[in-house]
Amino acid sequence: MLTVYVPCDSVARAVGADQVVDALQREALQRQLPLDVQRTSARGLYWLEPLVECDSVQGRVGFGPVTPQDVPSLFDALLGEAVGHALALGPVEAIPYLKTQQRLLFARAGITRPLSVEDYRAHGGFAGLEAAVAMKGDDVVASVLDSGLRGRGGAAFPAGIKWRTVRGATGGQKYVVCNADEGDSGTFADRMLMEGDPFLLIEGMIIAGLAVGADRGYIYVRSEYPDAIRTLNQAFVVAREAGYLGANVAGSGKAFELEVRVGAGAYICGEETALLESIEGKRGIVRAKPPLPALEGLFGLPTLVHNVLTLASVPIILAKGAAFYRDFGMGRSLGTMPFQLAGNIRHGGLVERAFGLTLRELVEGYGGGTASGRPLKAAQVGGPLGAWVPPSHFDTPLDYEAFAAMGAMLGHGGVVVADDTLNMASMARFALQFCAEESCGKCTPCRIGSTRGMEVVDRLIASQDITDRHDHALLLRDLCDTMQYGSLCAMGGMTAYPVASALKYFPADFGLTQTEAAQ
Amino acid sequence: MPDELLHLPAVERILARHQGTPGALLPILHAIQQDIGFVPDAAVAEIAHALNLSQAEVRGVITFYHDFHTTPPARHTLRLCRAESCQSRGAEALAAQLREQLALDDHGTSADGAISLRPVYCLGACACSPALELDGQVHARLTPERLRELVNGCREDAAC
Repeated sequence: MLTVYVPCDSVARAVGADQVVDALQREALQRQLPLDVQRTSARGLYWLEPLVECDSVQGRVGFGPVTPQDVPSLFDALLGEAVGHALALGPVEAIPYLKTQQRLLFARAGITRPLSVEDYRAHGGFAGLEAAVAMKGDDVVASVLDSGLRGRGGAAFPAGIKWRTVRGATGGQKYVVCNADEGDSGTFADRMLMEGDPFLLIEGMIIAGLAVGADRGYIYVRSEYPDAIRTLNQAFVVAREAGYLGANVAGSGKAFELEVRVGAGAYICGEETALLESIEGKRGIVRAKPPLPALEGLFGLPTLVHNVLTLASVPIILAKGAAFYRDFGMGRSLGTMPFQLAGNIRHGGLVERAFGLTLRELVEGYGGGTASGRPLKAAQVGGPLGAWVPPSHFDTPLDYEAFAAMGAMLGHGGVVVADDTLNMASMARFALQFCAEESCGKCTPCRIGSTRGMEVVDRLIASQDITDRHDHALLLRDLCDTMQYGSLCAMGGMTAYPVASALKYFPADFGLTQTEAAQ
Repeated sequence: MPDELLHLPAVERILARHQGTPGALLPILHAIQQDIGFVPDAAVAEIAHALNLSQAEVRGVITFYHDFHTTPPARHTLRLCRAESCQSRGAEALAAQLREQLALDDHGTSADGAISLRPVYCLGACACSPALELDGQVHARLTPERLRELVNGCREDAAC
């Protein structure tokens, strides 16, 4: 029996993994060879997808990117009838891109089958929950505090403090809510994790529920991720049968239930209070804070809201200890971060490393520069609300504070790379247009500022008069300030980042000289 | 629209199923749209009554979210990703190609009801940009040729 491993990840499928599996099965039938195709999660080495792996004495060896036409010659190589193969990659875990990573969250990526609880357990799964069940709730919260874990959704708020607040909140019913509304362009770590390792998120949410005293959790997934929604719902059934969800979770005597809620195409619902409104069945309108969701969240009750990656980090902290986790990273950015390389990049994919490597190591080292081969112009870090960083600033370490110091942010760890053909004035306009389309409309700087900003950029680009252009640039910068400091939430507040950074670093794209822009 | 009344039994079934679901409006709207293809106007009063909301509140939610539609969909829905990652790999040129090939704007539906265009902001396929979603299936590493093929496929399918 020949066993091959092909990812069932939605992006592997989007580049033809299902067609490769069909071709493999047809070829096996033709050769009268018993074949076992195991659909695993993806490694996150997306430029090699569809990536086909098989067992060997050196561990799993890979071939990619495979097309259905490559399948006959692939069989020859697998059966040893042909030495080597044009697409042979050797042992997958020796590929430098993967070998040099520090994978904690994505330790099982590409190895296990997403819905196999046996695979999950065999690779360290549920060890964190077992540890948590044996501990007092206060000690679990203390571990999360000690680990230095900060919210991975973008705001980087210390997770343990939220846990302590929710645990200390009075009242019977509490909730754990997972923000899986991963709407930022250039980010896909949440999607990979939910599609590829759903039990890790489930385990993190159970631990959180037990620790803060919540018996109900919601995962709010965007509708653009149908595979993640399906996988999670199937994983709930498996987890329930295995005794991890229901009236008596993992023998703790406590109940915990989970439900997926599907978004409906509104970017603003990634903002935590808009997300809570949406789960309540309302328009995704941002709430003013305070009250904090930790005290008055979903349905007005104490709610622990975290991003997918934050909750998925918890089982690792509980299984290996806060000190183990804290040993990764730098300064106040502790642990690992799954960075996501996207856009015009040769080697797009997921790179999980401790905080502190530089943007250059990430983009040029792992990413291998632009896919087009043209000069690299900028990288947008942290999604559509992140700054465009020019290559001259690429030596900045990937650390929350270092990025904040240069007027940028790490956000959810997405990096979109652009070559010199991308016009930054049009990207600045796009950022404002996106904000205008997606603003919830509650606060004026965001609702009106975004539309006025688009108009100013249009006038600036169209103007032939130097003084006029200068005035428009000044007005745009002023508007960015108003949006940044006057908006109710990060949507309006951070739309200023891509606009102001484009204006600052790429004035020529706006028809301005360096000195005009500096004034 | 008397035709819309034909959908009411399906709406009633969905409402009954979600009795007791906290914050049930979005799950209900998703279920109706999945079943019927859109949210018929006739459903609004029923939903409002079942959830003890005003019709304005229900309409407010339907119009707030891009996913919900109040008219029947075309046979195929093509959602081209227009976010930054895909833009950096030529999504704007692909959008222009689509507009030209179908003589539609970014939100248009072809006159024969074969295909609807909708922009989408990120499908999570950013490592393999540009990407689109056609009837729920994501296609990544899109080329102008592949896009033309996919559109032609929709049109041929609609012709027969």
